[in-house]
Amino acid sequence: MSKCRSCGGPAVIDLPRHNANFCSEHLVQLCLRQMERAISDFSMLTRDDRILVAVSGGKDSLALWDMLTMAGYRADGLYVGLGIGDYSDESGRLVRGFAAERDLRILEVDLRADHGFDIPTAASASRRTPCSACGLSKRHEFDRVAREGGYDVLATGHNLDDEAAVLFGNALRWDVDYLRRQFPVLAAGHGFGRKVKPLVRLTEREMAAWCVVRGIDYVVEECPMAVGNRHIAYKEALNAIEEQSPGSKASFLLGFLERMAPVLMAGAETTAPVPCPSCGSPANSETEPCAFCRLAGVASAHDPVPVRMVLSRAARRAYDEQWGGTPMEGSRT
Amino acid sequence: MVVNLRQPRRTVEVRGGRTVRAVLADLGLAVEAHLVIRNGSLVPSDTTLDDDDVVEIRPVISGG
Repeated sequence: MSKCRSCGGPAVIDLPRHNANFCSEHLVQLCLRQMERAISDFSMLTRDDRILVAVSGGKDSLALWDMLTMAGYRADGLYVGLGIGDYSDESGRLVRGFAAERDLRILEVDLRADHGFDIPTAASASRRTPCSACGLSKRHEFDRVAREGGYDVLATGHNLDDEAAVLFGNALRWDVDYLRRQFPVLAAGHGFGRKVKPLVRLTEREMAAWCVVRGIDYVVEECPMAVGNRHIAYKEALNAIEEQSPGSKASFLLGFLERMAPVLMAGAETTAPVPCPSCGSPANSETEPCAFCRLAGVASAHDPVPVRMVLSRAARRAYDEQWGGTPMEGSRT
Repeated sequence: MVVNLRQPRRTVEVRGGRTVRAVLADLGLAVEAHLVIRNGSLVPSDTTLDDDDVVEIRPVISGG
């Protein structure tokens, strides 16, 4: 039987990158220590900050909210209802349950109720990929709610695997502009609040384990619109390397942040944004609506599109198996 | 033993008397991308699973 490196008791998880096994208690300690180290190394947070945590109902964001409050930070949650069928219904239910059980404050935005569209409709109407329409909408709403609510900082649950996969993709294309912006803390300025990623030193396996040992109920299934996306393929490639050489993902990402990011950021010029003429959020043009307002414009004028209609054949099959959907009239099969 | 898989949800019967790592390998699943929960408790990869265990193999990769 594996023994915990810290106390010698029965282990619940092996972490090859640490060449060690841990019991539940010491896994929790390890995760908190790694989060605090990220917060300290990158000057992310103080205990006086009012923090808004973007929560999706998935393991990472709920674990982050749990970890921050356990560590004594003042953190409220923000949930954005995306309108992705049963998946969103389940996500919202779990976030509300998490907040209620712990007496935490949750703020909610619903894209359909508040802006007249949902993600399947936005993807179909704009011809963006669903993940692109989703990311754009969430970023806009996270910034807006944090700004309007007077929060000092927005925290997201991006973990080591997320950031390593993004770095891998950006490096494959040598996209220097994106590489220059990849950092776990973005300072406030130009109308945007500070943004931080306190889980950047923790893997998604560690975050899932956190949820299991802490009894956090989260949406285990992948978003149906993300099934088979490129980001997941990058993660699988990195995990194949990790299995052969434990610690590779951490070395790849943390080495970049320590040694390469400062080189890329030195001398980088940023253009100050201007208020969007439609919504007032920071934008690139004084005369053209921002990307979110353009998306909302075409999507809210479009008839609602059921989620199954914008899924690939494989994703639609997975969605039906998972959520028990029945083919919609007129849907592509 | 009964093994419950996710994404999509399904159940398979797998021979016991082998480690978590061996069962994952047989199913073509990466250790780094999964947790294994036996009879409700998280277990490490060198744990031997028995024929009467009920096991959940939970994927941890998300689409970002």
